[in-house]
Amino acid sequence: MDIFVQQLINGLVLGSIYALVALGYTMVYGILELINFAHGEVTMVGAMSALAVIGALLGAYPQAPALLVLPAGVLAAIMVCMALGYVIERVAYRPLRRAPRLAPLITAIGVSIVLQNAAMLIWGRSYISFPAILPHGSHPILGAVITDLQIVIVTLSVLIMLGLTLLVERTRLGRAMRATAQSREVAELMGVNVNTVISATFIIGSALAAIAGVMVSAYYGLGHYYMGFMLGLKAFSAAVLGGIGNLAGAMLGGLLLGVIEALGAGYIGDLTGGFLGSNYQDVFAFMVLILVLVFRPSGLLGERVAQRA
Amino acid sequence: MRWAYLGLPIVSIAVATLLAGCGQGKSTAANEATIRIGSVAPLTGPQSHIGKDNDNGARLAVDEINAQGLKLAGKPVKLELVSEDDAADPKTAATVAQKLVDDGAKAVIGHLNSGTTIPASRIYHDNGIPQISPSATAIAYTAQGYNTAYRVMANDAQQGRALGQYAVTKLGAKKIAVIDDRTAYGQGLADEFEKAVKAAGASITAREYTSDKATDFTAILTSIKGKTPDLVFFGGMDPQGGPMAQQMKRLGLRAQLLGGDGLQNINFLKLAGVDAEGVIASSPGLPLAAMPGGPAFKQKFEARFGPIQVYAPYAYDAVNVLAAAMKRADSAEPAKVLAELAKTDQSGVTGPLRFDAKGDIAGGSVTLYRVKNGAWVVLETVK
Repeated sequence: MDIFVQQLINGLVLGSIYALVALGYTMVYGILELINFAHGEVTMVGAMSALAVIGALLGAYPQAPALLVLPAGVLAAIMVCMALGYVIERVAYRPLRRAPRLAPLITAIGVSIVLQNAAMLIWGRSYISFPAILPHGSHPILGAVITDLQIVIVTLSVLIMLGLTLLVERTRLGRAMRATAQSREVAELMGVNVNTVISATFIIGSALAAIAGVMVSAYYGLGHYYMGFMLGLKAFSAAVLGGIGNLAGAMLGGLLLGVIEALGAGYIGDLTGGFLGSNYQDVFAFMVLILVLVFRPSGLLGERVAQRA
Repeated sequence: MRWAYLGLPIVSIAVATLLAGCGQGKSTAANEATIRIGSVAPLTGPQSHIGKDNDNGARLAVDEINAQGLKLAGKPVKLELVSEDDAADPKTAATVAQKLVDDGAKAVIGHLNSGTTIPASRIYHDNGIPQISPSATAIAYTAQGYNTAYRVMANDAQQGRALGQYAVTKLGAKKIAVIDDRTAYGQGLADEFEKAVKAAGASITAREYTSDKATDFTAILTSIKGKTPDLVFFGGMDPQGGPMAQQMKRLGLRAQLLGGDGLQNINFLKLAGVDAEGVIASSPGLPLAAMPGGPAFKQKFEARFGPIQVYAPYAYDAVNVLAAAMKRADSAEPAKVLAELAKTDQSGVTGPLRFDAKGDIAGGSVTLYRVKNGAWVVLETVK
């Protein structure tokens, strides 16, 4: 039982990170019907710039309190990623908005490769370790262990998701985003500045990616120019699982994928009597994805089009 | 206007290709005869720091040999190191190997990983090109019966045996969990370890798997925790081992973490942080400080490239073994070099260099280390 609870906790933490990144994919898709394949790399840039700032601050003031250094790093990551998100949209997607749909997909992959290699040139090939400034406390819960960091990650993700939902549902910008998602032309005719809305979508999505990036590097204790690739792929899958274009779907998909992965890796070996080992954890997660898509091609929550943003 | 925009995707891909291709393929001096030697390691991806280290080790040796001046058949020749990136991926490794063969490489130093070295070795063998791997330790590499396959490092049979015996007899472990990263290296080492552990009378309570790109091990570690082992063995590299050590502590899994040469490097210490304390790992060969040419090499290398990651001395030795064979053959002709390579008997930075009939290093040793106060401390060297 305690092992099961622990696996659930593992899955929820991983899943809330997936969910944050998945939101970025789903927001852009909702509005532009474009898969922003560079989004995983934006996460990586967020993590790396936070690590760089935190490292520099600690280098200059070794005694600086973590409560000051950490927010500074996160803030820097958010700024960098917001700017990056804006630039990516402006340079790689906006010029191609009326081009065949495959063209922006290719530029997305191009941007992703450029970002990866630029990060390799800037931060080098080595793994950068997260400075040991994080709280190390842990609490027993139902026989399992949950650490301070895990509590922070899950709480922060939930708050951000709530905030984003409020933004989309309750604000003027949110209404403009929903209108643009339904029909770009009509929204434009109604006086919505579509370009601003699209830029805002990219900027918000990138800010979420920055936060997720910092979370990942803090949770696993490392940053690397390659870290965005797998994370992006998983988050993209989570967005599809939940129904791409749907905000609640991305959150649900992220959490589900995290939990399925954890439970899959934890139990598949014992359940199959060692025939399938934990090396099948990704296979397991993607099998669930395929099954869901066979029966619900639009994803778990994919049909409520009105809610997408 | 719109036509200009259409160039964008092309430009971004071109830039990406250019960036990715950085540092590959240098132009050659025309007046001297040049001999191309391939150097293959992952230069991109999660293991690129170790790959670059190997490449730098080989480059240092090549530059030294060129500075001294190499003469074959009375004519001065220059060695040209052609660095290729296999991204630690077996498929890419085969492509890159074919490319080197097509480009007329006379010999190859590499690859870094066992998983890439083995598929590539077939291509080098089919074309009769000598291959010396600085760091591939899987038994399968030299067990294929290829006369072209050599390595300058002890193989996994020796390492796995040393680790397994140490775990059971010295550490007194009775219930052991084994994790590997499903690469030829990780899996091979874990299998050898498992054999040795069973032979020594301990039991394997869990066998779990991950990949060489994963960073989350909480699920398998939680499952392992439920089986209360006294020791966890990981067959894999530092990018996985570091977070694994942290996650073990975080989950309250109080078992000794034991690993092979993939963990025994400075990067592991950085990545695991305070949680590295007490981890035990082995490395083929002697510790750098105890290598005959270790301290001098460290000085030379670090003045030029920065800290040694792990295998650079072996890549350096591999180039020197190759150059010595060329000198004795008085030719760079692969067939003649191969005949001389088998007769290698010299002392390198890492120790005496002689090969057995299979191409394995003869009399290789394995050293065990433990992390103490944030540094690797030698426990013992096993012959």
